[in-house]
Amino acid sequence: MDLDYAPAPESAAIGRIADRYLPFIDGEFVEGNGADLESLNPATGQPLTTVSTVSTEDIDVAVASARRAQTRVWSPMSGPERGKYLFRIARLIAERSRELAVVETLDNGKPIKETRDFDVPTAAQHFFHHAGWADKLQHLGLGPDPQPLGVAGQVIPWNFPLLMAAWKIAPALAAGNTVVIKPAETTSVSILVLAEILAEADLPPGVVNIVPGAGDIGAALVSHDGLDKVAFTGSTQVGKSIQSALAGTGRHLTLELGGKGANVVFDDAAVDQAIEGIVNGIFFNQGQVCCAGSRLLVQESIADEFVARLKDRVETLRVGDPMDKNTDVGAINSQTQYARIGSLVDAGREEGAQVWTTSCPLPEQGWFIPPTILEGASPTMRIAREEIFGPVLTVMTFRTPDEALAKANNTPYGLSAGVWTDKGSKAMAMASKLHAGVVWDNTFNRFDPTAPFGGYRESGFGREGGRTGMAAYLEPDEEA
Amino acid sequence: MASGLPDLAGDEDSLRRFLIGLPPVDPVGLEARAATLATRSIKKQSKLAAIDLAISMVDLTTLEGADSPGKVANLCRKALVPDPGVPQTPLPAAVCIYPDMAAVAVESLAGSAVRVASVATAFPAGRSSMEVKLADTRLAVSAGVDEIDMVIDRGAFLSGQWGLVFDQIQQIKQACGEARLKVILETGELATYDNIRRASWLALAAGGDFIKTSTGKVSPAATLPVIHLMLQAVKDFRALTGEQRGVKPAGGIRSTKDAIRHLVAVGEVAGPDWLDPHWFRFGASSLLNDLIMQRRTQTEGGYWGADYVSID
Repeated sequence: MDLDYAPAPESAAIGRIADRYLPFIDGEFVEGNGADLESLNPATGQPLTTVSTVSTEDIDVAVASARRAQTRVWSPMSGPERGKYLFRIARLIAERSRELAVVETLDNGKPIKETRDFDVPTAAQHFFHHAGWADKLQHLGLGPDPQPLGVAGQVIPWNFPLLMAAWKIAPALAAGNTVVIKPAETTSVSILVLAEILAEADLPPGVVNIVPGAGDIGAALVSHDGLDKVAFTGSTQVGKSIQSALAGTGRHLTLELGGKGANVVFDDAAVDQAIEGIVNGIFFNQGQVCCAGSRLLVQESIADEFVARLKDRVETLRVGDPMDKNTDVGAINSQTQYARIGSLVDAGREEGAQVWTTSCPLPEQGWFIPPTILEGASPTMRIAREEIFGPVLTVMTFRTPDEALAKANNTPYGLSAGVWTDKGSKAMAMASKLHAGVVWDNTFNRFDPTAPFGGYRESGFGREGGRTGMAAYLEPDEEA
Repeated sequence: MASGLPDLAGDEDSLRRFLIGLPPVDPVGLEARAATLATRSIKKQSKLAAIDLAISMVDLTTLEGADSPGKVANLCRKALVPDPGVPQTPLPAAVCIYPDMAAVAVESLAGSAVRVASVATAFPAGRSSMEVKLADTRLAVSAGVDEIDMVIDRGAFLSGQWGLVFDQIQQIKQACGEARLKVILETGELATYDNIRRASWLALAAGGDFIKTSTGKVSPAATLPVIHLMLQAVKDFRALTGEQRGVKPAGGIRSTKDAIRHLVAVGEVAGPDWLDPHWFRFGASSLLNDLIMQRRTQTEGGYWGADYVSID
């Protein structure tokens, strides 16, 4: 018999979605002077709520507020006091975790299982971790008295809206900086619920300002004269234009950009767990992950059986309503992204790759793409070179470790890679030669606030998390 | 893996090469997968269907030094009437007892669909001569049991005498005649997942109809990662040989929630073909009562106290 799972939907009411969300500037929720935008639920394509966006004048106000807060309140405040605020924020995120998970799933389209078990708890962890740094800056190896940079302008993407906000805000605040942050235009809601938490935590006005808007607002923010530091996570294309705009200004910049991560499976790997890792590497968050393991490189001696077993496993993934607790793969975040993924898969088909998709039925509305495997890919194809940012895995084979390395490194990106072998010496040898900011050994997509994350080359520069991540928000003490 | 299973009987070298050649198991990855699947949310009609399926898979067990014919007869009565107030409650798969109680159980369950399973082979430690183990098995088989639950010689397995363990399973299988053979690996004593995978394949290749985790006398007994591993083994064994074999976790599964987590693993790791009492069993004593209580909760909408369900 088959054990069919009855629908097990999380209650949307828990999200308490408001009719309208406002920018958070100088400690107040204020009407923005930009045009309203409609935030859609990707699982239905229907409007979820309305978000008031800011104008460039609002950004001036926000930056001025952040400057005042930085020089008068936040930077002079003692480390232990700043830490108290961050601990309070972390606890409030944990207390409202169920609400935040529902909000994130409704606004982003990712499964409730992921927001509940990953996005929200990890966001809280980032605040907890960085709260602990606030009174220990002298132990970062940056001299006896490292200084905050000042005001940070931050722009975050739509794939992990709340978590990216935590990644950006927590270290900046722990180091004594203040923040003006812009969420992605399709996912502003969870960070504006976070704003309620910041207000509830009595964070002094201006320490964090949240300015919703589209790309033009992001461009205006990152090139604002009042900033000392810009941190961006998003596409390589936008990252490059930010770097050009900031050239010569002397402002600090960190960029977390795209990737085309290789997952290298040797024939002596723990096969069943490698398959789990491949699945997690590319279908986690519908593959909309900058460090996704989007290229599978499998040793030719086991390739046929490995891919057959992989397909067997992918067939068990449940694609559907993101609010259902048993959904493994949810909706693509936007129509734009949905169309882009589709066109890249079509390009792969035209270039001669074999396209395989799971037979799991898809919901009739919303932006759903079934987990897809492209076999017979060659390194010249677009699908093997361009970031797809969707649930699409490209499969290639190799015969020797050198060939695996050459193929894995043959990309302008350098964000993530995975190595699967039961032999420790082989894993270490590969890890030292893979050009990637993160190399996972017998696992994939594992994140921890203590572990620095970031890329090389077209994947950007700078690290987030751990000691290195703190250094990106501090001026070393020259006396050191 | 090649097509078909090589002939491993009487050839210790082939057996060794085959078992060593199995893919290694990464504990972190295995445990993460098991923990993730355990978060499945089974509600409403699915929960009721899962409870009924789980009841029909229970090997209702008593394996105590204090067992008596009266206690075994009571247990058999419980198997025939699991919930006196609700006659449509499914019957458990079998009653599992010691060999000297086999005759009582066979008589008590005669004419019913409930099978009789007997442990044998110097259960639970398995520390005796092969003659004694075979005699133990014959005692149960001659009483008319349907299934034999044997233990492997863990000492021999851990010291690398895989050929010996293989041979002993074959001998017991032969002594079983028509009875189906469940091979208890005692996974808690095998210590590593690699060992458990090798022991699973060894038992399947030697002719075990079921691979079973534990005696219930050693902790840890059945755990979800171990069950994942064994379910993967029977799935791969069928892919290789075309023969389907069963899995039985035993020990430590006491709640409906635990049982449902196991069924989720059966469906998603091995596949729906194994969601059948012929291919999956729970070795348990107190689980049945919790399943009955939860069944009433689902059908009648209120929680029942433990005192409304019979204790045997």
